[in-house]
Amino acid sequence: MTRYLGTSVKRVEDPRFLRGLGKYVANLTLPNMAYAAVKRSPLAHAKIRGIDTTRAKALDGVIAVFTGEDLLEGTGGFKCGSLPCGFQVPNLNMPPHNPLAVDKVRHVGDGIAVVVAESPYIAEDALDLIEVDLDPLPAVVDARGAMADGAPLVHDSAEQNLAFHWPLGDEEAVNEALSKSDHVVELEFINQRLIANAMEPRAAAAEWDPATESLTVWTTSQNPHTIRLLLGAFTLGIPEHKIRVISPDVGGGFGSKIFHYPEEVIVPFAARAVGRPVKWVATRSESYVTDAQGRDHVTKAKLGVNNDGTMTALHVTTWANMGAYLSTFGPLIPTALYITLFSGVYKTPVIFGEAYGTFTHTVPVDAYRGAGRPEASYLVETMVDLAARKLGMDPVELRRKNLIPTDAFPYQTPVALMYDSGNYQALFEKIEELSGYESLRKEQEAARAEGRLVGVGFASCIEASGPAPSAVAVGLGAAIGLFESGAIRVHPTGKVTVLTGSHSHGQGHETTFAQIVADQFGIDIADVDIVHGDTGRVQYGIGTYGSRSAAIGGSALVKSAEKIREKLKQIAAHQLEASVEDMVYDQDEGTISVAGSPDMVKTFAELAFASVLANNLPEGMEPGLEESSFYDPANFTFPASAHVAKVEIDPKTGEVDLQSYAAVDDVGNVINPMIVEGQILGGIVQGVGQALWENGIYDEDGQLLSGSMLSYAMPRADGFPSIALDRIETPSPHNPLGVKGAGEMGTIAATAAVSSAVLDALAPLGVRHLNMPLTAEKIHQAIAAAGNGGGE
Amino acid sequence: MYPREFDYVAPASLEEAFVALGDDAKVLAGGMSLIPLMKLRLLSPGLIVDIGRIPGLDSIEEADGHITIGALVRHADTASNPLVTANAAALAVAASMTGDVQVRNRGTTCGSAAHADIAADQPAALIACGATMVARSASGSREIAAAGFFVDTLTSALTPAEVLTAIKLPKAGPGEASAYDKLGRRGGHSDYAVAGAAAWVKKSNGMVEAARVALTGVGTKPMLLEGVGSALVGADGSDAAVAAASAHALDAVTVLEDLYGSEEYKGHLAKVFVARAMKKALAAV
Ligand SMILES: Cc1cc2nc3c(=O)[nH]c(=O)nc-3n(C[C@H](O)[C@H](O)[C@H](O)COP(=O)(O)OP(=O)(O)OC[C@H]3O[C@@H](n4cnc5c(N)ncnc54)[C@H](O)[C@@H]3O)c2cc1C
Repeated sequence: MTRYLGTSVKRVEDPRFLRGLGKYVANLTLPNMAYAAVKRSPLAHAKIRGIDTTRAKALDGVIAVFTGEDLLEGTGGFKCGSLPCGFQVPNLNMPPHNPLAVDKVRHVGDGIAVVVAESPYIAEDALDLIEVDLDPLPAVVDARGAMADGAPLVHDSAEQNLAFHWPLGDEEAVNEALSKSDHVVELEFINQRLIANAMEPRAAAAEWDPATESLTVWTTSQNPHTIRLLLGAFTLGIPEHKIRVISPDVGGGFGSKIFHYPEEVIVPFAARAVGRPVKWVATRSESYVTDAQGRDHVTKAKLGVNNDGTMTALHVTTWANMGAYLSTFGPLIPTALYITLFSGVYKTPVIFGEAYGTFTHTVPVDAYRGAGRPEASYLVETMVDLAARKLGMDPVELRRKNLIPTDAFPYQTPVALMYDSGNYQALFEKIEELSGYESLRKEQEAARAEGRLVGVGFASCIEASGPAPSAVAVGLGAAIGLFESGAIRVHPTGKVTVLTGSHSHGQGHETTFAQIVADQFGIDIADVDIVHGDTGRVQYGIGTYGSRSAAIGGSALVKSAEKIREKLKQIAAHQLEASVEDMVYDQDEGTISVAGSPDMVKTFAELAFASVLANNLPEGMEPGLEESSFYDPANFTFPASAHVAKVEIDPKTGEVDLQSYAAVDDVGNVINPMIVEGQILGGIVQGVGQALWENGIYDEDGQLLSGSMLSYAMPRADGFPSIALDRIETPSPHNPLGVKGAGEMGTIAATAAVSSAVLDALAPLGVRHLNMPLTAEKIHQAIAAAGNGGGE
Repeated sequence: MYPREFDYVAPASLEEAFVALGDDAKVLAGGMSLIPLMKLRLLSPGLIVDIGRIPGLDSIEEADGHITIGALVRHADTASNPLVTANAAALAVAASMTGDVQVRNRGTTCGSAAHADIAADQPAALIACGATMVARSASGSREIAAAGFFVDTLTSALTPAEVLTAIKLPKAGPGEASAYDKLGRRGGHSDYAVAGAAAWVKKSNGMVEAARVALTGVGTKPMLLEGVGSALVGADGSDAAVAAASAHALDAVTVLEDLYGSEEYKGHLAKVFVARAMKKALAAV
């Protein structure tokens, strides 16, 4: 048997997906199933004067129509509650979020009524027959503008549209350090709204069983147990043990499928009310106006720097758009996942950050791949570049001067976090070599001499992955602990079923978790099956987000495996008539033998069978072979990265040609290099999407102008050069696998690196800053303003 | 994304298709534009006439001094067919820059023309290459010059009763060449044109004897820029001559502003790409 950890085992889930055999919620067909469609607001802000469902109800094939009032009033004692916010910062203003709007609609796409019909086509037809009398009201869409005097209020209970104010750090010390610095660079900028656009739109189905008074919900969720908890405790009021939530194959989430959505309430309500299973599948158009969106900050920042390049202090104020309602983890993102990251990979001695979370008449904002950390790295790296330019220093040299030294770990930042491990110097050496940094600069010099606009961008970033431990997370405002559960069930024949609370929706856990468990026992990976995404089968779970699954979910499996190995040793010792201390578990062979007597040996499968034969077990030992663990990590893990991008800009059109890209990442120990590379590559492409193309644009009336694939520019393969990847491995010292998170690093670094490259290319024209996305038109305008860019 | 109810027929011959077509019917070719419009319920025809099973429409042939592209020829075939690349390079390039691989494997060149999107690529190339559109219906056949085929936003010269059965391209003679270039909505050549231009030129004795230049993505329809072409004729084809001619790019164009570009930027791009297309065509002679 070979060891699997660290090798590029092919993804065991792929044959199923490639042959179209994946089972998604949309594939689900239940006997007598009905179909739901949601009538949505075309306006961003309006009073609901009346809803007439008569004509819709009269349409052939329509079974029922429910409005927001119907959900609140309920049927047969069964009614819906407000969707709660799961991250409660101090003084949080949390207005109600009804699953369907009552009285007022607050964003385009806000649900107004639900139709249940015999087919999705009829349901869609019926939507056109629902007459909604809306009285339009003025809207506000901009995070900072929402706080202005006289701005229309999203919720009457939230003055100035303020949901929260969250400060962190010693502001006085920062102001003093800034006043003593040789230079202070200042910038006000926007981190634009993004739309996740997972490949699979959201979907929900539900079936009520009157016999057992229990509910089954199928939903496209990254964390089915959390959804069950919220359904039980808040939104449906059905006891938690009577609810089963199944989240089967899910086609990507990027954060947008973490949250508890209205349809997860509406569909079960409808199913119970009509006494039939009901399914709802979002259209792509609905995804654009109902999936929680990402980023959307307005920020003012000041960075102090001395003549020798030493960074002295950072002061940041951010207005973070929360959208019309607080999404499940909305307030977490611009606070504990953003401001705490302002130290980056640097030893900036004092830092102050504050965020104002504001309500606007837009789709709610929540975690989107990287969630707060890309915003932080873009902020820090942009400011560092500005400082370098101010000092006329090479941006890499300035960064190197400020790096946290390798011997400083664990490193306490001025913004709460304690970095577990890192080797940023090694990261820099490797990226400079991989990207050919020096020769890129020489090429740039030659190109500039010819008047060409060539830029080299650099970003060195930190990630805090796997938010932890629970005591800290809950202290900060999380409404649940952030541990993970993992159980291992060994069958009599030595085959293994693993039940994990993590959820794979593209990450490849069925492969990587099987690698972990197979190595723990020294068995064939084909003998290990991973079960996830079903509260009816998996004991408990927190789910997958924040690059947490390998470090936390994986570690829980190691803990369970250790318990099983211990039990196996005891059985082996008993049967071989030796002492437990003398038992040697050979993880290459999957055998236990007596030290020094290799002939006295039992295989994993023999011992598994012995555990259920149960006729010859140590005194007092229970039969069977199944263990579970709840692993609560000691800390976040802190992956780091350094990325280099080279661009050339066409001065006539402003078009950016991304010519080369190199990335060195440190995600700790690597379980499966191929999967990690896939995660990093995908992340980079997504990060470049923000830098160059993607933009969720609302007009002043709150209409989403970029609400389709036609107008929202997702990155495509043809926009990319071949990307050079390499890594260093600085194991996390506090989890048994030594792994850190790999899911978000690419996104966190790429946005900053590419923006840096474009601004570097434009620097000779005197362009100091441009907000993302760095579209051809925006760049051309800047070039034209600098007196260039005329006709061909 | 569920269309309204509609009927569907898949005729086995053009004659059967002609019988089915009418005011409430739509031809379905590759479906790359029609199906999304139906799913968004922006278009709800009562009858879909799927021409996909009619034999004999999927080839590119040479006859009587013309290259003929049948109604079911896909973008991918137009892009790579040697007859097209040799005689109408602008069209082959425009087809290669249409959408992505999947779209190019299903969408048809005739469908792109019939759809008449204001930012579509191939229509500009068809105009510049001097194509002739062959429209047939129960009442007969007529030929329409490409320059007059694109009437307005999403409106071609076809009547609801007609099928665009083929596009005829003149064979390239000595000294003739064409080219297409664009800026896509995602930068590079990716996606619909923010601005795109096609140019066809004929040179003899070092002088430009004839030229046709067409623009897409900028105005209300893909259109022939007569002012640019005539400014180039009689010149030597130098960069200066190209620059002078491209100054006429907006002579007869109403620039439409959209999410992808302001009026000013699109107007600027029109000149840039008109010049680039002319340069490329001149260089290919
Ligand atoms: C993701 C995506 C990206 C795209 N990107 C681009 C791009 O970059 N550039 C670009 O130019 N286009 C682009 N398109 C549009 C694409 O080129 C379409 O294929 C083309 O516009 C329509 O061709 P079709 O054969 O698919 O026609 P269909 O969708 O079947 O039909 C389109 C319209 O034309 C009519 N029609 C079709 N064929 C005939 C005929 N023979 N006679 C009469 N009427 C007919 C139909 O009735 C319908 O009204 C894109 C499309 C998609 C989905």
